[in-house]
Amino acid sequence: MGGNSPCASCKLLRRRCAKDCIFAPYFPSDDPHKFAIVHKVFGASNVSKMLQELPLHQRADTVSSLVYEANARVRDPVYGCVGAISYLQNQVSQLQMQLAVAQAEILCIQMQQEPAPITTTSPVLLDADDKSSYYLHQNNLPQFLAFSSSNNNVIYDSFKKESLFGQDMIS
Amino acid sequence: MASTRCAACKYLRRRCPSDCIFSLYFPSNNPQRFAHVHKIFGASNIGKMLQDLPVHRRADAADSLYYEAHCRIKDPVYGCVGIINILLQEIYNVQCQIAKIQAEIAFLGTHAQSDQTQYQQLQIAPNLDPNFLSEQKGLSNSFDDSSTWFF
Repeated sequence: MGGNSPCASCKLLRRRCAKDCIFAPYFPSDDPHKFAIVHKVFGASNVSKMLQELPLHQRADTVSSLVYEANARVRDPVYGCVGAISYLQNQVSQLQMQLAVAQAEILCIQMQQEPAPITTTSPVLLDADDKSSYYLHQNNLPQFLAFSSSNNNVIYDSFKKESLFGQDMIS
Repeated sequence: MASTRCAACKYLRRRCPSDCIFSLYFPSNNPQRFAHVHKIFGASNIGKMLQDLPVHRRADAADSLYYEAHCRIKDPVYGCVGIINILLQEIYNVQCQIAKIQAEIAFLGTHAQSDQTQYQQLQIAPNLDPNFLSEQKGLSNSFDDSSTWFF
């Protein structure tokens, strides 16, 4: 049985890979690009500090999210992940407007089919700004509608190609 | 008059040169902004990233880096990706609601159309020849349910 090969991070950093190397479980030697990109954006020592401050069971997800953010930043050096957030916030606003229109339509149809007076109040249709700020305040999300990705398609395509933690949200 | 150092040079405890790359984007009146980006990305990485960009893109880049760093400090495990997941989930939920309502609208539309058709058929009946009607009356007595004429 030969000695363990150094992990991708120790290979890149050209150092001995200790038995308790903090990077080894998350940056295997067969995927050097993964660590390279995280090191480029965040720096090895920052990643090491972040992982050390977290319990073991959360480190794998942390590494996955760091890799995702690093990839986004390399693809879009100006906006990174924030461009994607801005794009998705716009999508949510537009969909909520569509939903409001559909709800109003069905109410009209129901009123036409049942001409008896309805005592319930008619729905208040929010304008786009109200809706997005309502949603964002409900979820305590900062509003970054001013940002637009320098290349929206690059980030958006990543949702289709890559699954975030095993979940494909956009069909 | 002593010149004020930018937040980055204050934090790094160094002299702030006149061409300091950080000074425009990390003013001294907001020390937290640089502290956050330095904690997550590191000063030298920030400096390299800004230097690789044209001058007119650097302000937006500094803002987005601060936002990402802020998200990562608030949520050390998922950072910005947590927000993206929430938004994706919300998009999915709203799309499902829209699809449900559109299906309901389509159903109500079809239902209304079939009621309309039946109503029109009822309207046609009085225009028949009265002699024909009396003949039909005789025939309809042989059926259990005269409404079967229309179905």
